[in-house]
Amino acid sequence: MLNLKINGVDVQVEEGSTILDAAKKAGVYIPTLCHREDLKAMGVCRLCVVEVKGAKTLQASCVTPAAEGMEVRTNTPFIRKARKTILELILSNHPMECPTCLRNGNCELQKLSSQLNITEMPFEGERSRYEKDETTPAIVRDPNKCILCRRCVNVCNDIQGIGVLEPHHRGFRTSIDPSFCEGLYRMPCSQCGQCVMACPTGALTERDDTEKVFEALADPNKFVVVQTAPAVRVALGEAFGMEPGSIVTGQMVAALRKLGFDRVFDTDFTADLTIMEEGSEFIERLEAGGKLPLITSCSPGWIKFCEHFYPEFLDNLSTCKSPQQMMGALIKTYYAAKAGLNPENIVVVSVMPCTAKKFEAQRGEMVSSGYIDVDIAITTRELSRMIKEMGIDISKLEPEEYDLPLGISTGAGVIFGATGGVMEAAIRTAYELVSGKELEDINFTPVRGLNGIKEAELAINGTILKAAVAHGLANARKLLEAVKAGQKTYHFIEVMACPGGCLGGGGQIIPTDNDVRQKRMQAIYEADKSMRLRKSHENPAVQQLYRDFLIKPLSHRAHELLHTDYTPRPRVLARE
Amino acid sequence: MPDKNIFDVSDEDLIWVEQQVDKHGKKKGELIQILRDVQEHFGFIPRKVQVRLSELLDVTLSEIYSIVTFYAFFSLKPKGKYQISCCKGTACYVRGAEKIIEKISQYLKIQPGDTTDDGLFSLDVIRCLGACGLGPVMMINDDVYARLKPEDITGIISRYEPPFRDYSEVMRQQREEAKTKEKFAVEPSRRLAPI
Ligand code: SF4
Ligand code: SF4
Ligand code: SF4
Ligand code: FES
Ligand code: FES
Repeated sequence: MLNLKINGVDVQVEEGSTILDAAKKAGVYIPTLCHREDLKAMGVCRLCVVEVKGAKTLQASCVTPAAEGMEVRTNTPFIRKARKTILELILSNHPMECPTCLRNGNCELQKLSSQLNITEMPFEGERSRYEKDETTPAIVRDPNKCILCRRCVNVCNDIQGIGVLEPHHRGFRTSIDPSFCEGLYRMPCSQCGQCVMACPTGALTERDDTEKVFEALADPNKFVVVQTAPAVRVALGEAFGMEPGSIVTGQMVAALRKLGFDRVFDTDFTADLTIMEEGSEFIERLEAGGKLPLITSCSPGWIKFCEHFYPEFLDNLSTCKSPQQMMGALIKTYYAAKAGLNPENIVVVSVMPCTAKKFEAQRGEMVSSGYIDVDIAITTRELSRMIKEMGIDISKLEPEEYDLPLGISTGAGVIFGATGGVMEAAIRTAYELVSGKELEDINFTPVRGLNGIKEAELAINGTILKAAVAHGLANARKLLEAVKAGQKTYHFIEVMACPGGCLGGGGQIIPTDNDVRQKRMQAIYEADKSMRLRKSHENPAVQQLYRDFLIKPLSHRAHELLHTDYTPRPRVLARE
Repeated sequence: MPDKNIFDVSDEDLIWVEQQVDKHGKKKGELIQILRDVQEHFGFIPRKVQVRLSELLDVTLSEIYSIVTFYAFFSLKPKGKYQISCCKGTACYVRGAEKIIEKISQYLKIQPGDTTDDGLFSLDVIRCLGACGLGPVMMINDDVYARLKPEDITGIISRYEPPFRDYSEVMRQQREEAKTKEKFAVEPSRRLAPI
């Protein structure tokens, strides 16, 4: 233990702590910008400077280790001035487009400027100007707004194990870019959006598709159907000032009706359907000696990553489309026929916690209904902006129910939103289908929680099945390397591209940190517990779908509509 | 702006790169040393070589590119067929060298340190050519142009642009002319490295 004094207050911290940690413990607030708890500290912005007795210069508290007997001051007039100057210098090379910026009202730079009382711009001079990168369907980069904090660099490198973004050039010309300062589309970017979640400013954002949705809603000839993913309901409330972990399912459905959607369906329904298809695929592979481990395919960021970096595992991927795409294909076939609609006039909008879903929706293969299965994919953030734009106060709405029949779901569909959820849902169903017995404890806890890689075993009819769960693509990489090297063998692997699974997805409400992830996760398992039905095969609407339309899992029609294939992708796109 | 690089390398070149990697060892720590060799060999670090190195050394392409753009020692493009060196030494600076550089940049659509996509021109800003009295001064290969005004630039550069004419004669005449008009030699004693 180390003893130090911060602003005259004694604190004790563990060896290896930074001054910032110590200040936190002492209840002293130090403003930070480039620092983020879950990423490695870079110490590049210098906003967190403090005075350390005996040191010649100001020290960046986020990277300076605490030492025995240290005396630290955080609020002297000198520091106050230095801090202001640092921020003013950052702002002097910033476009100041707040009113038209996607991060307006939710920007750390903006918040700090207000907090540090910046009221004028003392520095004038040249500003760097860059082209906006709008080359991918999901992520928009506006390097003009970049403050070079490198948080995205660390996320992409360390959490996602990809390393698409890196600082290039130096001095005034420094920019955070993909290699060769080219468009992101040339790079093996998974479109996961975790860099967007980490960015303190509007330099990295999702592509905003809300205008397209409003247009469809305003068109009297269009029948606009919306589906909402499992993890949206546990995060949307945060955009309206609610506590992380508030479950707003009913209010969200009500708000969507108010926005003018003709039908509101639940992606949880197709999550249940995924379990039926993927579970059957697993049993088939197990019995017929097919390729194992079977790896889940509902996370489009993971799929793209696998196509770029692990083409040798493409045959291991489940051929099931993600729930979003299954829903799109069903709405334009099954539901259209049932409701007597011309699929040509149907617009399917999906609300997803994910940016990669935008990429997935425009993949060439996703047209099995004869039309584009999902027309527009928007994120939780975009939905929150639409609701705000229409002046709807979500907290004042009476909860409403999803429409039938594609709005009926089970607890198994709900937990898709958390890491380990797909595995747990699959186990609930596979166990009962294979053994014919009822599962004793429906809560399969070994796969829950925020550990990067989780392992579990389950005996079904005397066979021990080994399962693993990874979230965050760096963890997926670790797991796959171990499988490749033969150090580990599994029957079934679940991978989610984003830390925490969809609840921490790249389209979720900002800020998202481990604390928030934990709370959303709790909410998901609570929602699961409160459901009457908690196993996918018990979903009556899914059963009916098989009776009336698909006949049985893995049938010819199911294959046509609900399954897909994958293409190896290069690590870098060649020049045309 | 994306850094364009049309200056490609052949398969043999890539084999040469692989040999260098074998020589140094397939270690991430050797990256800078290997890049130095590549720079010396090609005069720049071609895009394909960076991609190949990232595969061979298991380093992300972005990281390699980051190193290449950080150190002034490395360049992304070979020098142009015509190397324009524009002086920004003190004397030239006060006589408006900045405007000249700006004009060249604008006309060729490249920044100092860069090469045009057709490989024809590269632009470097250098310090004092030793012709301070004649500032602002620039050189295109061995040809010296003095007392520049921004409006001269287009005309001068276009002399080197295709369709090519034989300018050596024109240049010789100009040099002679300059010598008779000015009392001092316009040939610089030495060229200093770019800033
Ligand atoms: S990034 Fe932040 S400070 Fe910059 S324009 Fe956007 S809202 Fe304003
Ligand atoms: S979207 Fe994901 S993979 Fe792409 S640059 Fe951002 S963090 Fe990296
Ligand atoms: S893009 Fe955003 S996260 Fe990345 S360095 Fe710039 S400001 Fe930081
Ligand atoms: S927060 Fe410490 S240097 Fe940026
Ligand atoms: S300053 Fe330009 S030649 Fe000396």
